[in-house]
Amino acid sequence: MQWLDLLSDYTFQNVVIGASLLGLISGPLGCFAVLRRQSLLGDAISHAALPGVCLSFIITGSRDISGVIIGSLVTGSLAALTMLLLTRKSRLKTDAALGICLSIFFAIGIVLLTYIQSTNNASQGGLEAFLFGQAAATLRSDLWIMGGITLVTLTLLAVFWKQAKLVTFDTQYARTLGMPTTAIEAVLTCMVALAVVVGLQMVGVILMAAMIVAPAAAARQWSRHLGGMLVIAAGIGIVSGVSGATISTLSRGLATGPLVVLSATTIVLISLALAPGRGLLWGTIKHYRQKEALQKQQLLYALYKHPLASKHYRATFGARWVLGKLKRQGYLVRSTDGGSGWRLTSRGEKAAKQVVATFEEVAT
Amino acid sequence: MTTPVTTDTALSIQNLTVSYHNQPVLWDINLDIPTGVMAGIVGPNGAGKSTLIKSLLGLVPSLSGEVLVHGRAYASQRKRVGYVPQRSSVDWDFPTTALDVVTMGLYGRLGWFRRPGRKERLESLEALEMVGMSAYADRQISQLSGGQQQRVFLARALVQQADVYFLDEPMAGVDATTERVIIDILRRLRDAGKTLIVVHHDLQTVRNYFDWLLLLNVRVIASGKAEDVFNIDHLRQAYGGQIALLNDSDSLMFATSQVK
Repeated sequence: MQWLDLLSDYTFQNVVIGASLLGLISGPLGCFAVLRRQSLLGDAISHAALPGVCLSFIITGSRDISGVIIGSLVTGSLAALTMLLLTRKSRLKTDAALGICLSIFFAIGIVLLTYIQSTNNASQGGLEAFLFGQAAATLRSDLWIMGGITLVTLTLLAVFWKQAKLVTFDTQYARTLGMPTTAIEAVLTCMVALAVVVGLQMVGVILMAAMIVAPAAAARQWSRHLGGMLVIAAGIGIVSGVSGATISTLSRGLATGPLVVLSATTIVLISLALAPGRGLLWGTIKHYRQKEALQKQQLLYALYKHPLASKHYRATFGARWVLGKLKRQGYLVRSTDGGSGWRLTSRGEKAAKQVVATFEEVAT
Repeated sequence: MTTPVTTDTALSIQNLTVSYHNQPVLWDINLDIPTGVMAGIVGPNGAGKSTLIKSLLGLVPSLSGEVLVHGRAYASQRKRVGYVPQRSSVDWDFPTTALDVVTMGLYGRLGWFRRPGRKERLESLEALEMVGMSAYADRQISQLSGGQQQRVFLARALVQQADVYFLDEPMAGVDATTERVIIDILRRLRDAGKTLIVVHHDLQTVRNYFDWLLLLNVRVIASGKAEDVFNIDHLRQAYGGQIALLNDSDSLMFATSQVK
């Protein structure tokens, strides 16, 4: 009954749909940002959205969502394009340009915010909610706008798929094919600004970067194609959005935006550790397997070639472990008649011959 | 097939000057490369070899200069020009397969909205076959060796079916098999009447590979048929003191390489 109540709850519906839309747009666009090595571009854009929000309030005198969207889109894109221009035309590197843009725009935003608060305008209440998001305040009409932006952006991406892919992989080559690469790059960047705008209400300007980077980073671990990466990133975005919103509603009072971000980062950590092929865990397991296989071969080789070697050696822990394992597998038996204290069984001898043959083949 | 050749000069450069942060990188380059040759661009580090190719292709802004491909401005001849960039210019961890990278060579022909289909797939597979990589078509590009990556790049240029190919150090850091495959394909292309312009760094193999040479060190030191250009005086002009080691015995410098 509790779940049914929850599902029919107006606020909960809004928050879940909003968070899903955010995941749906920020995942795929984040993929392009991450692959273009501009993961933190989303950070700069979202921080730069704050002055836009404040300016729109100063001009329109209200917190109307269309004004907020246009304002944040303008300043966000402006910051991103300034950054691209700085890296292209000056000697500044990307990280430095990014740091400059982010802090200048955010500082202006905070100054404007405190200015508005000092004017004591009654309708300004809650403007600082855009810093960390205020998911519960999402209206049905906001969702239509967020959905519209998502639809338009994803359609654009589908139509110009080839161009977006090639420019992301090899910009210079794309240019030799006659593609307007600068324009395509600028459009991709502005699309990230669109994703940020969708997320403003949900997670706020400060944590929005995580929604750009996290789903994409996690999706890269599981995918072999760009298309697959985008779909997975969108899925991860939606899952983290829905689970963040649900936890927040069930726990009464925990902030939705940060919970959405935490859900996304949890998925990232799991992906980094466990994804087949690319995950850290697999790499470690593979390394130790290879190490053990080599030690096994070396021991078999040594026992075969030097059966009478002195037993007065100090076996390392690893060597003893492998000896024990070889014994359990029936390659070795303990023997007391001199030598190393170990003797190859007939099975061990067969395996050792193979090892010797391959070793000698490699040597020649 | 029609032969669209309008002049005997595949590439003509007039008065090309490029500078980077007020430092001249290329100074007053004038050059004509005839059709159907394998041309090498040779010079010391920082001579502007790669920059020359990039500025011809409009990837690096030039201060002055005009570039004609088969007698007409480069911008109108893009479809007749193929480019093989340096392998290190892209991130090979990009999530895609070898076949997909080769198909990218067809994006220019497909135009804005058409998507690669069956025909494009077959063409790309054919190009991979040519470079001996058909077994790796569905392999992730991050799992290819350096030499294999270079061959994928070459295949991507091959599907363009261009008349003039620019290759930026295709032999840099590749294994002997790959070098052999690349040089065989380049020779085949040349024999089919294509023009190949190759940035090359290994003086040992220059005489063996190229029939036309440009010795470059910011300016054009010498250009023309390889046998006329590749001599000790020109090399000394291009390389300055760095050539002294080779200087003692001409035989070392002109040593025949393994690849014939």
